[in-house]
Amino acid sequence: MSNRAAIVGVAESDLGRTPGKTVLQLQAQAARGALDDAGLTFEEVDALFCAGNWAWSTNLMLAEYLGIRPSYTDSTNIGGSSFEAHIGHAVAGIEAGLFEVALITYGSTQRSDRSRGRGDYNFRLSEQYEGHYGMPAPVGAYALAAMRHMYEYGTTSEQLAELAVATRKWATLNEKAMMRDPISVEDVLNSRMIAEPLHLLDCCLVTDGGGAVVVTSAQRARQTRKAPVWILGHGEAHTHNTIANMPDLATHGAALASGRAAFERAGMTPAQIDVAEIYDSFTITVVMTLEALGFCAPGEGGAFVSNQRTAPGGAFPLNTNGGGLSYCHPGMYGIFLLIEATRQLRGECGSRQVSGARTALAHGTGGVLSSAATVILGKDG
Amino acid sequence: MAAQNPARTIEGDGDSRVYWEGIAQGELRIQRCTICARSIFYPRSLCPHCHSDQLSRIVASGKGTIYTYTVAHQAYGVFASEAPFVIAIVELEEGVRMMTRIVDAPRERIAIGAQVHVSFQISAEGITLPYFRLLD
Repeated sequence: MSNRAAIVGVAESDLGRTPGKTVLQLQAQAARGALDDAGLTFEEVDALFCAGNWAWSTNLMLAEYLGIRPSYTDSTNIGGSSFEAHIGHAVAGIEAGLFEVALITYGSTQRSDRSRGRGDYNFRLSEQYEGHYGMPAPVGAYALAAMRHMYEYGTTSEQLAELAVATRKWATLNEKAMMRDPISVEDVLNSRMIAEPLHLLDCCLVTDGGGAVVVTSAQRARQTRKAPVWILGHGEAHTHNTIANMPDLATHGAALASGRAAFERAGMTPAQIDVAEIYDSFTITVVMTLEALGFCAPGEGGAFVSNQRTAPGGAFPLNTNGGGLSYCHPGMYGIFLLIEATRQLRGECGSRQVSGARTALAHGTGGVLSSAATVILGKDG
Repeated sequence: MAAQNPARTIEGDGDSRVYWEGIAQGELRIQRCTICARSIFYPRSLCPHCHSDQLSRIVASGKGTIYTYTVAHQAYGVFASEAPFVIAIVELEEGVRMMTRIVDAPRERIAIGAQVHVSFQISAEGITLPYFRLLD
């Protein structure tokens, strides 16, 4: 195992509904929490990673607000997978000796702002070929993929519902989760249709919230407060922007590439992963990602998640915080995958702890199955 | 809807002006690369396949098949009152895919693989768009 860099601090801000809070407040709260978790200070941060669309330059605004003067900055925004991509970029920068302590943050007040789904008719550049058709985005795009996946492989709405049910079971074990009442497959199938074949309970939540992750060098990591969570491998890729230009709507091509790169760098196989945190913007996202990462064969994702396999006590612990479907989803969810994977490897997850977890995978998907970034984590011993 | 949202035309930009002018004239214009001979949609200045800048324009036949579709039961803004409506990605017989709507078709006849042809219609925004209808 090459211990190149490690996650040494993680924290969430307030989650769910945060009326009156700003994205700067949420990120400051999460950043301080993550640095405290690591036993590091703002003065030690020399690289800032952030993604958002709340300022013309998120990093300039946030660094000034936090009172830091980073010597390296990265505002890569490829949607919800941005933060898994930031991990790879941070590892590269640390290995190159460009910086030593990277702070990665995210914050959103989209629920309080009621910004989701606000009509925007100024479709510019390549948006003009899709925006005018009125498709609800992004759910409509994922529905187009789900319909094609069902057509090619026979995936069913019941199979997708199994995932929503299992994820809700994990949420019942997480006191920070927004939706904690158990649901059944029938509840999912009877919930309001949003974009066929996706029902309301196939869709992630719309919440406020923020998170932060601190990454540092192997040497520095050994001096931090808690046992380092090593970054064993990472990969990223993007394949398209508009859904009509996705090469194959039944295959998550970006995840195929990012997963292959991450497993190759880690020198590992999917069978060696103890716990998986996989972006669940919609139930279909997870099914397609499981196939692309090689946890099952193409087309077998629906069968793979059946019989509550991914639920607490199941053979494949997945989205153990309750996921974007039931825990929180403030627009770009990727940072929360890293937070939960880190906590699972530290054994900090209480009643939802996956016992004996030594390796974890965090996988972000962004845009309309446009981008993907995969991070493989492990602990000593 | 049209009364609330007065008709407007899309002027387009350096890439799309010819496309939108075609739509206004009832033509579905796409590009074809003169080097690799592949069709291209949406309009670009370089071929996304071989990166040549030797691109020509052709008028598509307007025939194609449904590659995938969804029925939107919820939509936003001016489109909200139109729901439910059918969004599709259609594969034109020239080999390119585009987003569109399938109109004037009973739900049970809409299927992946169904043959469709272009039908220019005025949208809720008051813009002429290339929608598609099932080929009888």
